[in-house]
Amino acid sequence: MLCATSRLLAATALPAQPRGRGPAPRCRRRELHFPGHPELPLCDFLTGQLVRPSVPAGRRAILRRGRMPPAVGRGLAGSELRPRRGCCGPQAARALGPDVATEAAARSLKRPAPGSRRFEAAARWALLALVTLLSFATRFHRLDEPPHICWDETHFGKMGSYYINRTFFFDVHPPLGKMLIGLAGYLSGYDGTFLFQKPGDKYEHHNYMGMRGFCAFLGSLLVPFAYLTVLELSRSLPAALLSAALLTFDTGCLTLSQYILLDPILMFFIMAAMLSMVKYNSCADRPFSAPWWFWLSLTGVNLAGALGVKFVGLFVILQVGWNTVSDLWHLFGDLSLSLVTVGKHLTARILCLIVLPLALYTATYAVHFMVLNKSGPGDGFFSSAFQARLSGNNLHNASVPEHLAYGSVITVKNLRMAIGYLHSHRHLYPEGVGARQQQVTTYLHKDYNNLWIIKKHNTNSDPLDPSFPVEFVRHGDIIRLEHKETSRNLHSHYHEAPLTRKHYQVTGYGINGTGDSNDFWRIEVVNRKFGNRIKVLRSRIRFIHLVTGCVLGSSGKVLPKWGWEQLEVTCTPYLKETLNSIWNVEDHINPKLPNISLDVLQPSFPEILLESHMVMIRGNNGLKPKDNEFTSKPWHWPINYQGLRFSGINDTDFRVYLLGNPVVWWLNLLSIALYLLSGSIIAVAVQRGAHLPAEVEGLSQVLLRGGGQLLLGWTLHYFPFFLMGRILYFHHYFPAMLFSSMLTGVLWDTLLRLCAWSLSSSSLARGVHVVGILSLLLGTAYSFYLFHPLAYGMVGPLAQDPRSPMAGLRWLESWDF
Amino acid sequence: MKRIFFLDGSGPPFGHMLLALGGYLGGFDGNFLWNRIGAEYSSNVPVWSLRLLPALAGALSVPMAYQILWELRFSHCAAMGAALLMLIENALITQSRLMLLESVLIFFNLLAVLSYLKFSNCQKHRPFSPSWWFWLVLTGVACSCAVGIKYMGVFTYLLVLGVAAVHAWHLIGDQTLSNVCVLCHLLARAVALLVIPVIMYLLFFYVHLVLLCRSGPHDQIMSSAFQASLEGGLARITQGQPLEVAYGSQVTLRNVFGKPVPCWLHSHQNTYPMIYENGRGSSHQQQVTCYPFKDVNNWWIVKDPGRHQLVVNDPPRPVRHGDVVQLVHGMTTRFLNTHDVAAPLSPHSQEVSCYVDYNISMPAQNLWRLEIVNRESSTDVWKTILSEVRFVHVNTSAILKLSGAHLPDWGFWQLEVVGEKLSPGYHESMVWNVEEHRYGKSQEQKEREVELHSPTQMDLSRNLSFMARFSELQWRMLTVRSDDSEHKYSSTPLDWVTLDTNIAYWLHPTTSAQIHLLGNIVIWASASLATVVYTLLLFWYLLRRRRNICDLPEDSWLRWVLAGALCAGGWAVNYLPFFMMEKTLFLYHYLPALTFQILLLPVVLQHVSDHLCRSQLQRSLFRALVVAWYSCAWHVSNTLCPLTYGDKSLSPSELRALRWKDSWDILIRKH
Repeated sequence: MLCATSRLLAATALPAQPRGRGPAPRCRRRELHFPGHPELPLCDFLTGQLVRPSVPAGRRAILRRGRMPPAVGRGLAGSELRPRRGCCGPQAARALGPDVATEAAARSLKRPAPGSRRFEAAARWALLALVTLLSFATRFHRLDEPPHICWDETHFGKMGSYYINRTFFFDVHPPLGKMLIGLAGYLSGYDGTFLFQKPGDKYEHHNYMGMRGFCAFLGSLLVPFAYLTVLELSRSLPAALLSAALLTFDTGCLTLSQYILLDPILMFFIMAAMLSMVKYNSCADRPFSAPWWFWLSLTGVNLAGALGVKFVGLFVILQVGWNTVSDLWHLFGDLSLSLVTVGKHLTARILCLIVLPLALYTATYAVHFMVLNKSGPGDGFFSSAFQARLSGNNLHNASVPEHLAYGSVITVKNLRMAIGYLHSHRHLYPEGVGARQQQVTTYLHKDYNNLWIIKKHNTNSDPLDPSFPVEFVRHGDIIRLEHKETSRNLHSHYHEAPLTRKHYQVTGYGINGTGDSNDFWRIEVVNRKFGNRIKVLRSRIRFIHLVTGCVLGSSGKVLPKWGWEQLEVTCTPYLKETLNSIWNVEDHINPKLPNISLDVLQPSFPEILLESHMVMIRGNNGLKPKDNEFTSKPWHWPINYQGLRFSGINDTDFRVYLLGNPVVWWLNLLSIALYLLSGSIIAVAVQRGAHLPAEVEGLSQVLLRGGGQLLLGWTLHYFPFFLMGRILYFHHYFPAMLFSSMLTGVLWDTLLRLCAWSLSSSSLARGVHVVGILSLLLGTAYSFYLFHPLAYGMVGPLAQDPRSPMAGLRWLESWDF
Repeated sequence: MKRIFFLDGSGPPFGHMLLALGGYLGGFDGNFLWNRIGAEYSSNVPVWSLRLLPALAGALSVPMAYQILWELRFSHCAAMGAALLMLIENALITQSRLMLLESVLIFFNLLAVLSYLKFSNCQKHRPFSPSWWFWLVLTGVACSCAVGIKYMGVFTYLLVLGVAAVHAWHLIGDQTLSNVCVLCHLLARAVALLVIPVIMYLLFFYVHLVLLCRSGPHDQIMSSAFQASLEGGLARITQGQPLEVAYGSQVTLRNVFGKPVPCWLHSHQNTYPMIYENGRGSSHQQQVTCYPFKDVNNWWIVKDPGRHQLVVNDPPRPVRHGDVVQLVHGMTTRFLNTHDVAAPLSPHSQEVSCYVDYNISMPAQNLWRLEIVNRESSTDVWKTILSEVRFVHVNTSAILKLSGAHLPDWGFWQLEVVGEKLSPGYHESMVWNVEEHRYGKSQEQKEREVELHSPTQMDLSRNLSFMARFSELQWRMLTVRSDDSEHKYSSTPLDWVTLDTNIAYWLHPTTSAQIHLLGNIVIWASASLATVVYTLLLFWYLLRRRRNICDLPEDSWLRWVLAGALCAGGWAVNYLPFFMMEKTLFLYHYLPALTFQILLLPVVLQHVSDHLCRSQLQRSLFRALVVAWYSCAWHVSNTLCPLTYGDKSLSPSELRALRWKDSWDILIRKH
């Protein structure tokens, strides 16, 4: 009977007949001992498969000396039935052993009772509905409060508005997340007119609920996703329920999903990718069937989504990649498959997990560049050719004097991506860094300090004087570049450059344009003959220092604080042809010359794509923490050391504080330690060849396989942050936290089952499991009740005050609410 | 050497101690300044004995290469090849002839690998025999020595640990052994490979701290408590000053964070400018800064807000955690104050000033609550040097903090001090400690300025245990950041494989004899090639084995894998981490990786000749090729010899002929 139910469970999970690589469920052997027992439909829905019918004492003896609650057997039979691709090779061969015949016989003997199957499915769906409902209820409760901008909403809301206004901007994250926010705003009737200037600004009549609702919707879906993933991994309803409860009742997840942020979108895609990967794993026994293709391609789609929102999506790609590689490795080792079949498998994965995501990812950029066709705040980050695409930019259908003449005011842009304009300002190089003269840097933003005047090297007269004729600058001329704002000349000399010690320093020198012979540069056009005029935008020019013979270039290195983190400009004595030392003239103002409309070469799409990635990487590297500033350290995160203030400081403000529910988080932390301990004990036992009872073996498989997947996810989403040099925030931990909560669910359910198994009395065993799960559920729910003001907002005195809603709950001194 | 405390970011002290030992035995008295490359050694420097140890280590590496290959169960021929290759590698020769630590590091790396191999070969037939124990313990000792010389040694240690873990895992799976036996094996390994290295490592530091008991140039980086435990320097000042800070005490307050530079709370007559450059206004009160030099303006007096005296009562009333105090600047007798005015450079924080009453409805807010941060370890009383304290402003709950920004010229480029209001979390830049301290006796301003009074109390140096000093020293070593300035000869890891760079070590003052760190390019290229071939072959075999096609017999397959794990793995762990490092890198960082790569070369060659050459003809052809290749390598080594030993003066044309790659920087005198 027991085995019948267990097979039932399997049947619901695996509607089709498993193929040869299927496992050898030991339970079936038991089945043969007592066939034909009646099914008992069970209706305790919380305990799921735990409920067990009373088994005659005699039979318990057969069932491994009656020590295990058979219900456990039922629960894990499913897990055993899970295709055991994890251990092909020798194990697969073992599994393929003599069991196959008995298995087939057993299978053909028995038909699952339809009533029980229906009940199983019903319980599962009912629970799913409940969990989803609860999740939506918590996420949408008081979603409209506070009616002002909270924290990073100021960025992402603004960027959403840019999409609606079609204004070009620059951000360090890929565009998909902000596009979706913009789309949600557009559909819900937000017109993009709100400025999103700084946190705390009131929304007033603007419709912000569409965008918040969209994020909250995706955030709510995390809980059912976690439920389904854990259900698939552990085949146990209580484990799934526990994981879902941990996420529902976590104040941090709740807070993070209630605002216009990228994180709910990112977490949605990560969890969706994880779920579809797990689903597809369980389809592995029916390769190339419709569900198999569906889940595989869905995984690819979600990977593209995750990467398209933030680069953190790379970690889930690594996880899926690892899963796929080990999957392929086992398929390859399966000698019953021909090489052609393996090749087909490989091609399918390349198509769905590499080609498809890449295509989608590129498509998001295509949409991004198509939608944003107006000039905006992000222009200066990109090359002149790129800017010419944007309507409203002064380079779009540019109308400037075509040839460079003496007296022209120009900006000079480096041709390498993401270097910027030649720039100078009134600050000197500090003591000990070459000569103490005015700094010359490159700068990405458009600024008055980027303007230079071209002058003749030998006269200081104003060439714009109407009495002089216009004189064009020609290839090979000796010129002087005077900085417009400070009237200093571009200068170089035999001092070493601040960062690249082998190069010479470049400074601003002289007073009102009077300097010395070190201010003279020869202007050369690359690949042109001497004497030609120099064209704006088109000509690729080099500046060669007359005295030292070096070439003006930018090393692309970021100067320290004294240089305002702009990029270093040097004069390199090595005359190599690199883009670093090639410049073009971008803006050109000369009232004496007629403006001529120019069409700049339109860059191709791959060029734009590459360029925007270069700019993003540079932007990400630029986000360095400064000394003496509080920064969140990765080791703070899992212990919930310090939260993030979303809104409000003083006691009269409406305060929202992003902090994980400490009960949930510390339970997660404990669970990881426990998992490592129990996992290694089991692994050593297996390696020692200990003969485990079937139940324990089933449970340990759940722990090692399912739990292992989740632990890998946690590791991949957490530890890389230790290596990152950029500034980090608490909310970076949340993807890892999702995995760790799921792991907690799997671990506690398994441990309680093991506990129950080791007890002799069946009712006690059942009681232990039910009480354990229930107390965990209620405990998290109660702690949520305690800490919910953090997420839903609180007004009133700070927590030190006994009248505060949070009085007595400030368990760590570092929490400031 | 002169027992002066110093701090080196590159590695733990063992290597320097070894060099010093060599010098000590040679009778070196330490009176030579190592400040300029190329300076002539004076007669009192026993150059020979200082250089003896690295040279010895470099020389011993050659027979060890032979031993390793032999223990890996490869033929005498292959082992001989490995040793000969090590012998003619110019870069290794150069590095071991000078007073540098790389060759010693390589020696211990190889020793660790060799002794582990010996140990695992003993494992099969004679576990727990004396030689088994000897090699096991030697592995641990060699590992800890390698780590003790340079932190790079950690990579090899991890590799050996990894291989040992895999072997131990197989041991656990070996069901012929009893549980007790397995447990004994595991325990023995844990003791030898984990416990012994840790103890050895601590021992190095113990000796280091015992030897270096005088203060030196790197004192400033360490905390006051650490400095006080060194002879001379701060200890001379602090010795005998009163321990407990009382009302009326005169103190200097040092910021614990010490970045960007260690500094003391400071004030002077000058005031903040009315209007800053960016148009914001200030309170125009007296500046409070952090000043990195000792100065009479660093003295502050702790005052009880309820009393008007600035002297210490008899008996002194100690200040305790949570007390409210005022801080009076010693020279100007103004009160430390903060208010809701934006600080000059950090507009989010409050300005800190010494209060000047302009009578413009800006009241004095000069009460500070004292919080002793480390009050669990010390008692509630505020103690000199030991206590780390925060000053919390009573009115605004802002915390006195060093922002790290340099003030412009009106603030004499001193560091900005602010009241941090936004994030009251813990950060070291908010924490201060008392460094110099005396009880104030004089009420009159003039007398106080000349006051110098030091009652004798306790000696602090014994208060810091070895473990506390060790952990602080270790932490500072790991976090001290050398400036990432680019050096003329610095290079990137990618340049190393192809030998696109070199380092000029020395140039004769008059002739053009010179020493360069320059490898034997034939060996470098073929070693890299061998790595690639090994990886491809391994991958190919793995795939074939997966389909149950075994090209190699089982034992030679295992030998092939183990040799790869140690040699190719050794190369990878010693090379790849450099891609993630941000510090300045030089060519010599690659040498440990190169050594392992050279060991791999004969492994691959023998494999090719044994398993891939099918006929006898092919085999002899292959052997002839190998001989030709080796003589080629020898020729190259011979040609580069003048640059390795620096014993011959070469003409410019000869030098130019040696410059085979454009990127090699060979110094040619212009005459």
